[in-house]
Amino acid sequence: MNAAAKPQSERPALLVTVSPHLRAPVSTARIMWLVVAAMLPALAGSIWFFGWPAARTILLSLVSCLGFDALGQSMLGRRVTLRDGSAAITGILLAFNLPPGVPWWLSIVGSAFAMIVAKQMFGGLGHNFVNPALAARAFLMVSWPTQMTTLWLKPAGLSTSGLDAAALGRCTDAVASATPLGVLKNAASLVRSGCSPQDTWEALQSWPALKRLFFGQVGGSLGETSALLLLIGGAFLLVTRVIDWRIPLSYVGAVVILALVLPGHKAGPVQYALFHVLAGGLLLGALFMATDYVTSPLTGRGRLVFGAGCGILTMLIRLWGGYPEGVCYSILLMNVATPLIDRFTRPRLFGARREAKA
Amino acid sequence: MTAHVLKFRGGVHPPEKKGATEHRPIDVLPPPPRVVIPLSQHTGAPSAPVVKKGDTVKTGSLIGEPAGRISVPTHASVSGTVADVTNLLHPLTGRLCQAVVIDSDGNDTPDGAIRERDASGFTPEMIVEAIRLAGVVGLGGAAFPTFFKLSPPKEKPIDTLLINGCECEPFLTADHRVMIEQPAEVVEGTKLLARALGVRTVIVGIEDNKPEAIAAISAAAQGAGFTVRKLKTRYPQGAEKQLIKACLGREVPSGGLPLDVGCVVQNVGTAVAVRVAVRFGRPLYERVVTVTGPAVREPKNLRCRIGTPVRTLIGFCGGYSGPVAKLVMGGPMMGIALSSDEAPVLKGTSGILALGPAESREPDEGDCIRCSFCIKVCPMGLAPTRLSYHARARRFDLAKAEHVADCIECGCCSFVCPARIRLVHGIKYLKSELVARERRA
Repeated sequence: MNAAAKPQSERPALLVTVSPHLRAPVSTARIMWLVVAAMLPALAGSIWFFGWPAARTILLSLVSCLGFDALGQSMLGRRVTLRDGSAAITGILLAFNLPPGVPWWLSIVGSAFAMIVAKQMFGGLGHNFVNPALAARAFLMVSWPTQMTTLWLKPAGLSTSGLDAAALGRCTDAVASATPLGVLKNAASLVRSGCSPQDTWEALQSWPALKRLFFGQVGGSLGETSALLLLIGGAFLLVTRVIDWRIPLSYVGAVVILALVLPGHKAGPVQYALFHVLAGGLLLGALFMATDYVTSPLTGRGRLVFGAGCGILTMLIRLWGGYPEGVCYSILLMNVATPLIDRFTRPRLFGARREAKA
Repeated sequence: MTAHVLKFRGGVHPPEKKGATEHRPIDVLPPPPRVVIPLSQHTGAPSAPVVKKGDTVKTGSLIGEPAGRISVPTHASVSGTVADVTNLLHPLTGRLCQAVVIDSDGNDTPDGAIRERDASGFTPEMIVEAIRLAGVVGLGGAAFPTFFKLSPPKEKPIDTLLINGCECEPFLTADHRVMIEQPAEVVEGTKLLARALGVRTVIVGIEDNKPEAIAAISAAAQGAGFTVRKLKTRYPQGAEKQLIKACLGREVPSGGLPLDVGCVVQNVGTAVAVRVAVRFGRPLYERVVTVTGPAVREPKNLRCRIGTPVRTLIGFCGGYSGPVAKLVMGGPMMGIALSSDEAPVLKGTSGILALGPAESREPDEGDCIRCSFCIKVCPMGLAPTRLSYHARARRFDLAKAEHVADCIECGCCSFVCPARIRLVHGIKYLKSELVARERRA
C-alpha cells in the first residue's frame, strides 16, 4: 500500500486468537483452593477433638494424595498439575472419611487408590466418574473392614456415641465405643449387652445428645463430627458461589422428609430428623462430597434429582441396609447415575419448539 | 418511558471499561489519502466491482453492485482515482476477497446523486429501495443487509420494530455517543424504518448504564409514540434474540428469525444511516468507530470513512501507548483479532480495541471440571462443555442434535470457564463444518 500514508514506525507483531478477548478472574485452582479453605474449620476441629492421631492421618493423606496424583500423572504422560488443588481436596476429604485411629498405612493405601485408580486411570481431573475420596473409602471398607469400623476415638473425654454417663448406665462398652449411627443400627447386640435398646434410642435422640452431635463431641470419622464446623465451611462455599445450593438442600431435604415420615422416632419426629441430619457424615457428604463438580450433574434440575437420590439412598442404607452409615455409598451410586441424569435434564433451549402434535 | 428493568436468561457482566470514551464527543477523522474497500462487508453474497483501475470516482459513487438476493451495493468513501481492484485477505474471515483501492484526490467531492430530498411522500417500497441502494447494513456488528430485514415475507406479519441501543460489549461507546449527540437523527431514522415496515409499536432498548442516552432519546422521541425501555446492563443484552425476549417476552424459535415472532431489530447507528440514505440519497460510506483499549494513547470515538486503515485511526488517537500485542476489530467479547493494523474499517466495525501484552496473555487450556458455569451463562440454553467435547471428537451429528446451530457466539461460556477452555472456538468449528457438510450434501 501507499508507503507515504503510513507513519514510519515498524509494524507490530500481532497475536491472533479467538474471541472472547476478555476472561473472568476465575480459575480451576481458585475454586479448588476455596474448597480447601472451606474444609479448614472442620480440619482444625478434628485435631482439637482427636488430637495427634487426627493430625497424623490428615497429613499422611494429604501428602500421599499429592504424591500419588503427581506419580499417576507422570506415569501416564500427563502434565503434573498439583497446584490446581484438586489432589489436596481429595487428600483432606479422604482423611475426613477415615476413623481417627486408623493405622498409618491405611491412609497411604487409600490415597494411592483414590489418585491412581479412581482418578488418573479414568483420565485425570474432570474425567473420574466417582468421587476419588469416596471410592477410596469404599475400597478400604471392603478390604479392611475392622480397621475402618472399630477404631473410633473418644472425642475430648466423652463417649463415642455421644451418650452421657446417665444414659449409658447399665450399658457396656459396646455402646460407649460405637458411633451414634452404630448404636442406632445394632440394637439387637445392645440387648445382649444388658441395655434396653428403647432407652438408648431415646437417649440418642434427646436434646443434650443432639447438642453434642451439633458441636462435635461424638465419635465418628475424622471430619464428620462437628455439624457446626461443617456448616461454617458450607456457608462459605455457598456465599462464594463455589457450590450450588441445590445439592445440599435436596440431599438434606430428602433425609429430613424421610425421617419425618418413616417410623423410628423415639422422642418425636423433629428430633429424629435432626438426629439423622447431624449424625454420621451427612453434612460432610451433602456440603463437600455430593457437590463435587466432576461427579455431579450439570444442570440445576439434574442436581435436585441427584441430591434427592443421595438422601433417599442414605436413609435406605441407614434404616434397612447392612451398614450403619449410607452417605458414602449413596453418593457413589448417584455419581454413577450422573450421566443418566444429565441425559434427561438437559438445559432448556432458548426458543425450543414445542413438539408438534400429530 | 417505562422504568422497568428487564432481562433475559443467562449472560454475564464483564467489566464495562467504557470510561475512556463514553464522555468523549465523536471526533471526525479526515478522509485518508487512500482507502481499501472490500466488496464483502455484509452478510450474504459479495458485491461485484463496477470500476476498474484508473477510473475516477466521487465520494459515494457506486463501485460494487449487489450480486445475489442477499447482497448490497458498495460505494466509494473518498473521491479520487481507483488505484487497483485487487484481492486481499478479509480482516474478519481471513479468506481472499475482492477490494477496491482508491487514492483520494483530497477534495472529497460528493457524487452528483447525493442531495436532500423530501421523503414525506415516500411509500414503504421507496424507503426500502433507498436503503438498499445506499448499501445500508446493520451497524451493530453482524452487518446484515438492512433492506432484506425490511422485506419480510407476507405470511410473517411484523408488529414491532425494536431499536437496539444496548451496546452491551465492553469498551465500545460508538452507539452511546450517537444516541447522545444525534438523538433527533436516530428518531427520524427510526420513524422511516417504522414506516417502511408499517408498524405502530416501536421500542428503543437501552441498557441502564447509559442514563444520558436514555434521557436524550426519550426527549427526542417525545410525541413520536415510541417506548424507550431501560434494560438491565447484562451481556449479551444487545443480541437480537435476547433483546426481543427482554423487551417483549417473546422467544424467537430455535433456528428461526426475529420475524417469526413479528419483530425487526435495528441498531441505533443503522437508524441514522437509514435517515441519511432516505433523506439525502447518501450511501453508507462512513460510520462511528470507538478506538480504545489500554494500548491506545488517547482513546476516541471517530467518525471515519469505510476503508480507512486501522493504523490511521490509531495514529489519530495519538498512536500506541506502549507495545501492542493484539488488535481486535469489534468488542472484546465477539471481536475478531486482526493480523495487521493495515486492515480497513468495514461497515460492521463498531470498535478497534488495542491490547497490550498483559491483556493479551492467552491462558493454557485445562481440563473441564464440569463446573457447569458455561451452561448457567449460556443465553441460548446450550451446554457448551458438551459441544466442546463434540468438537474435539468431531462428533458433528451429536453436536447438531444438541442445537449447536443456535449458538450466537457471544462468548459468555469462554468468559466464565475456569479451565480456560476455548469453548466458542470449538463451537464455531462445529458450526462451520456443519454448514460445509450441508453445502456438500
